Amino acid sequence: MSENAGQSRSDRGSLAQAAPILEAIGLSRSFGPVEVLSDVSLAFRPGETHAIIGENGAGKSTLMKILSGHLAPTRGSMNLDGEPLTFRGPVDAERRGVVLVHQEIMLAPDLTVAENMFLGRELHRGPIVDDRAMNKRAEQAMRVFGVAVPIDIPVMRLSIAQRQLAQIARALATAHRIVIFDEPTASLTPVETRALLKLIDGLKAQGVAVLYISHRLEEVKAVADVVTVLRDGRKVTTRPASELEPVDMAKLMVGRDILDLFPPRGAKPTGAPTLQVKGFSAPGYAESVRFDVRPGEILGFSGLVGAGRTELFEALFGLRKGSGEIRLGETPQHWRNARDAIQAGAVYLTEDRKGKGLLLEENLSLNLTLAALDHFQRGPLIDLARERAALDAGIARFDIRVGDKGLNAGQMSGGNQQKLLLAKMMLVDPKVVVIDEPTRGVDIGAKQQIYRFIAALAAEGRSVIVISSEMAELIGLCHRIVVMRHGKLVGEVEGEAMNENVLVVMATGVEIKQGDALK
Amino acid sequence: MSEATQETAVAKRRRFEIGSIAPFLALLLLCGLGAVVNPRFMSFDNLTNVLTRSAFIATIAVGQTLIITGGGLDLSVGAMAAFVAGVMILFLNSGTIDNPFLLIATAMLLSLVVGALCGLFNGLVTTLGKIEPFIVTLGSMGIFRSLVTWLAQGGSITIHDSDLRAAYRPVYFGEFLGIPYPVYVILGVAAIGAFVLYATAYGRRVRAVGSNEDVARYSGINVARVRTITYVFQGLCVAIAVIVYVPRLGSTTSTTGLGWELQAITAVVIGGTRLKGGVGRVWGTIAGALILEVIGNIMLLSNLVSEYLIGAVQGAIIIIAMLAQRSLTRR
Repeated sequence: MSENAGQSRSDRGSLAQAAPILEAIGLSRSFGPVEVLSDVSLAFRPGETHAIIGENGAGKSTLMKILSGHLAPTRGSMNLDGEPLTFRGPVDAERRGVVLVHQEIMLAPDLTVAENMFLGRELHRGPIVDDRAMNKRAEQAMRVFGVAVPIDIPVMRLSIAQRQLAQIARALATAHRIVIFDEPTASLTPVETRALLKLIDGLKAQGVAVLYISHRLEEVKAVADVVTVLRDGRKVTTRPASELEPVDMAKLMVGRDILDLFPPRGAKPTGAPTLQVKGFSAPGYAESVRFDVRPGEILGFSGLVGAGRTELFEALFGLRKGSGEIRLGETPQHWRNARDAIQAGAVYLTEDRKGKGLLLEENLSLNLTLAALDHFQRGPLIDLARERAALDAGIARFDIRVGDKGLNAGQMSGGNQQKLLLAKMMLVDPKVVVIDEPTRGVDIGAKQQIYRFIAALAAEGRSVIVISSEMAELIGLCHRIVVMRHGKLVGEVEGEAMNENVLVVMATGVEIKQGDALK
Repeated sequence: MSEATQETAVAKRRRFEIGSIAPFLALLLLCGLGAVVNPRFMSFDNLTNVLTRSAFIATIAVGQTLIITGGGLDLSVGAMAAFVAGVMILFLNSGTIDNPFLLIATAMLLSLVVGALCGLFNGLVTTLGKIEPFIVTLGSMGIFRSLVTWLAQGGSITIHDSDLRAAYRPVYFGEFLGIPYPVYVILGVAAIGAFVLYATAYGRRVRAVGSNEDVARYSGINVARVRTITYVFQGLCVAIAVIVYVPRLGSTTSTTGLGWELQAITAVVIGGTRLKGGVGRVWGTIAGALILEVIGNIMLLSNLVSEYLIGAVQGAIIIIAMLAQRSLTRR
């Protein structure tokens, strides 16, 4: 195997310090006739955090899967400690110290955090499983994040962010020399993100090679030593992170200059509130919450993981237990389920796109019309011509980029899925639109578009509520932001007063030192 | 309407999968085997006989296809068939109507109502009680079975009036254009099932509910109602099977319909419907029911394997079908 293929890279000299643990040499991967990864050579060194960035479809996931033994390359090879190697599968890779922290949650939902963490390698005392010891160890592992995560209740009762942390802790419980993080912060709020970045610094200090994939370029800038940009399956460049500002990274990813990420903010709305909520509680999650939103307004909901934002809105829309006063215009509402809310003119776009938003194994048109199927009926039949027209219109309006309209929703990128979900819920022509984590797992190009769609919805006179853990997103997009902490609304800011420090203070209840915003 | 069905045909062609024709290929292969084993197999009489005998399971399995597509299951169909048959025969024996044809027609209507109510019971307990359909229908299976035994006082329930029997007989034994009525029943029920599942908005909601209940709920679909209706539809299918079954023997006992639920589920699974819901193949189910019957028939016509082993062969078939399904979807 030609070892000098990787060594001959011109950008090598400036970066070379320790000998690489893992080297990728000319890796390529094809699915059928399509080559999704072409001739990528990289080196991963001990004590170095190597960020890999690129738009969705740039080949990041494929590269990660090859490096972690989930997928075999069609061409190219890998060296571990200078020795050529082939992974026989993810277990083999893990045995050699290559650990992948998946983006998707892969925990057994009925088992606790501790049970998941020690799954397949339980601690024993004699023939009996030692739950006490495992719980203690799990608690220690979770404490690193500085966030309270109950380790002794079933994982399915945790929030997505808490599950994400448990998953990271689980991966790190195995012996590791190379840790690959695939979008680890997609569902984390700043506090947990900061804890994770600290943890990564700790790994570096131990001489672990860290691979870090993220859409959040600020984070990449903060954590990475080296940045590799992929575009259309090819390596664009590998450079020291110190040479790249987030805006440069974005340019390299997209291959063109990107304009302002956020659209111009619409004028401050003044009309009578469309939606008024008073004294609304979701038992265990939210307590006497009161807020309203005006036509044309974009209202942000900020807060930490577990603050109860998602649960509050699920309860409002009759998707879980809750009670309180809801008014649409002046009319009191009693939404027993999402159907009642939809008929009244309010929609909720879930944060869990894949689990609750779209039927991944069904095609685009079926997904598109599912919530508004009543409008596509002719008698008991579905008017397929009208449905097709709606799909064409949705694809055009929300710029859903698919080559084949017969594709299944699960075969699309995160950005396209989010656009499809938007198109789906807009078919019911709602007055109030609640969007939970609109850009999670969405690349920067699609992100920019989604922000514009959200602004356009508000400009049409709809009331939009955006729930997000990305504070920058709320600040850039919203007219007004309310903050939730432990199930209660603890503050509200608008205009110039919206900045990250204020939001973090409200969300945590703790003052944070200046300049400590990320690390 | 014709435009709509044409459209689904186009949509289906686009999503052509080997899995959707596998049960038909298997059926053809079996028929080929049958012809080799015994030339009598391919005779018109034998083939119509096989079709006619498969009518009960095929009809019931169409209902089961809808339930399973919607993410449910119904184990009570065999017992339900016996119960509905019992009620129907008791009504026929009551002689409340003098005109035999009117009496039979009313009895048919009654069994449809009873079947629908039985299905409604299963559906409501499953959805409103939020209990696993496996458990609910296991319970109602016991209830229906026991009710028949009670109605029959441990024996059998038989149509007493021989004239009435003679009047009802043609529903199972009669023919139109040389083809027995039960064959038309299969075709009719399957056509209705396929129409409901593929062309109507309701059918699409069934698929959505079975594919991912949360997505359906978040899309404002009334999951409980959609599911309950699949059970009512199943009840109607059972009643139709009973209407065809009763004239065959003219009686029912506590062992009537024993094991039909397993045969129906087997037919559904062989037909390519996904057991965990979301994908339903009505015509595949019909092929599945025919496969079961053809296997039995071939075993009777040949000396390859003892006919006492029919159950074992059918059991093996379901396992093979699942393995085939898996290997096809893994591609």
